[in-house]
Amino acid sequence: MTQLATNQSPDIPEGKTAGPWREAWTGFKKSKAALAGAFIVLFFVALALVGPLIAPEGINEQDITKRLMAPSSAHWFGTDDLGRDILSRVIHGSRISLWVGFFSVIGSVVVGSALGIIAGYYGRWVDTVISRLFDIMLAFPSILLAIAIVSVLGPSLRNALIAIAVINVPNFGRLIRSKVLSIKQDEYITAARGIGMRDTRILFSHILPNSMAPVIVQGTLAVATAILEAAALGFLGLGAQAPAPEWGKMLADARNYLRDAPWTMIFPGLAIMLTVLGFNLMGDGLRDALDPRMKN
Amino acid sequence: MTKPLLKVEGLKKYFPVKKGPLGRVRGHVKAVDGVSFDVYPGETLGIVGESGCGKSTTGRMLMRLLEPTEGRIEFDGRELTGLGPEEMRKVRRDIQMVFQDPFASLNPRHTVGKILEEPLIVHGVKDAADRKKKVREFLDIVGLSGYHASRYPHQFSGGQRQRIGIARALMTNPKLIIADEPVSALDVSIQSQVLNLMQDLQREFGLTYIFIAHDLGVVRHISDRVGVMYLGRLVELADSEALYDKPLHPYTQALLSAVPVPDPGFEREQIVLEGDIPSPANPPSGCTFHTRCPFRMDVCITTVPILRQTDTGHSVACHLYGGEADGNDNKTLVTEGSI
Repeated sequence: MTQLATNQSPDIPEGKTAGPWREAWTGFKKSKAALAGAFIVLFFVALALVGPLIAPEGINEQDITKRLMAPSSAHWFGTDDLGRDILSRVIHGSRISLWVGFFSVIGSVVVGSALGIIAGYYGRWVDTVISRLFDIMLAFPSILLAIAIVSVLGPSLRNALIAIAVINVPNFGRLIRSKVLSIKQDEYITAARGIGMRDTRILFSHILPNSMAPVIVQGTLAVATAILEAAALGFLGLGAQAPAPEWGKMLADARNYLRDAPWTMIFPGLAIMLTVLGFNLMGDGLRDALDPRMKN
Repeated sequence: MTKPLLKVEGLKKYFPVKKGPLGRVRGHVKAVDGVSFDVYPGETLGIVGESGCGKSTTGRMLMRLLEPTEGRIEFDGRELTGLGPEEMRKVRRDIQMVFQDPFASLNPRHTVGKILEEPLIVHGVKDAADRKKKVREFLDIVGLSGYHASRYPHQFSGGQRQRIGIARALMTNPKLIIADEPVSALDVSIQSQVLNLMQDLQREFGLTYIFIAHDLGVVRHISDRVGVMYLGRLVELADSEALYDKPLHPYTQALLSAVPVPDPGFEREQIVLEGDIPSPANPPSGCTFHTRCPFRMDVCITTVPILRQTDTGHSVACHLYGGEADGNDNKTLVTEGSI
């Protein structure tokens, strides 16, 4: 009994071993849907990065003689009412949609996390004020709130992005707050205080990294909704302005030609659908991989 | 007599009970209600009691992880209760804690190396190579190996994790280690290993322990002196041998009679206390034990007994021993059905 194996744990190979992130990746790889989602997302990210190089035409090269042409070998996705190549515009549009998606979510995550951490860690009246603020924001239907914000700021892509970021803040704020509340009770936080750590170090070195997993999941899913919301605002004329090839805006412009030239609407719509699907599949996979309850 | 390393006087912790929509305070839970004791350098003071008696709360107050409601804590000649956060932070270098749950007390996202390095970073060891060297050294000391530094806590067993927790407590060369039920989450076979490790470390580094536990056998094994707590108060404090050979307080007697003996043929009279432990939100008047005590007298209901010395190194808070310490031996033997 005195010489029980305390020096070796035979089940673990020596050397650098799996951390929590690597373990999550192993779990993520197991899901085919998640991999497909990640592949779609990567495809659109790549498209956005190299888009201008591979797009056959620019976003605003008009040729009235070739307006509303059906898909052909010259124009794979056909042309719109001004004779612009739809394929080129969809490719360029991926930049706008992903840009809005990523940056609005980053904005919401940063602001929401900061507020959520403050509310969760310091508690008391600070928590009450911040939480009630979130409640007020959540009381509005989110798209209505976004429309209101854009109406105040004036319609433009930048303002649409700000509006989308703002309406998503309370979602992240509440998520982080609840996570911080539960982590704050964990014994390793008491232990950290016990060894003489300062509050700021505890926050950034212990609480923050441990509350990030649900944020990553929620963030991925939120990119999808943000893209949809941007498209909705674009469709309503409150987002990107002509001639920007924003997908939602392209849908709105194509509305009048739906019966005669359905390709003007189908391809931007497909692009929106695929991107959103990709982010959703990836988010679901991440949730399964990062959720400790799914592990055994 | 040597100067005590830690001197605790009248330590109290009352948790407010809030009720109603406005959160008005409707009374207090008296988790710790006036505890006093001294701890001398190099010794191990065991603190035992049922769950909820305030022993962990006491331990946490000593490090001011919980703010005491009242009382004085003098450590190494310094009063701790009045210190500001930054001064207190520096004192924590000398007082460290080992926690009960080896699974919850290590950050799952940090490697063992990082967990052990952190106390050094926090207390200003600037040189990274120095820190790494010390981490390896202490991993060896607690019976693990240097290469374990790159692993994560979930890759270790409970006993190994507790060794990591002990190593973390040792990193800053503390004088006092408060061990809050360090072995109660472990298998019995692993418990003795960890206890032996703690004893070896005590000899090697001249540590002083406050060892909190609910297992009397474990406490007997490791402690020089033992304090028994009941409902937030210290009811008996004595040298380990004296306490186990001749327990004075009726509560201690009942506790000891419940310790299992590894002999199936052994028969003895078990003292089974009646009733439940009363709520600390509304503790009984006088001696808090009087509701369950087989020797209850009238004075017990009205007057709080103070902890007084009855013998060299033996103190008890019980009216049975008021005034003269001797001549009460008959009362330490319990007869059945006397309530």
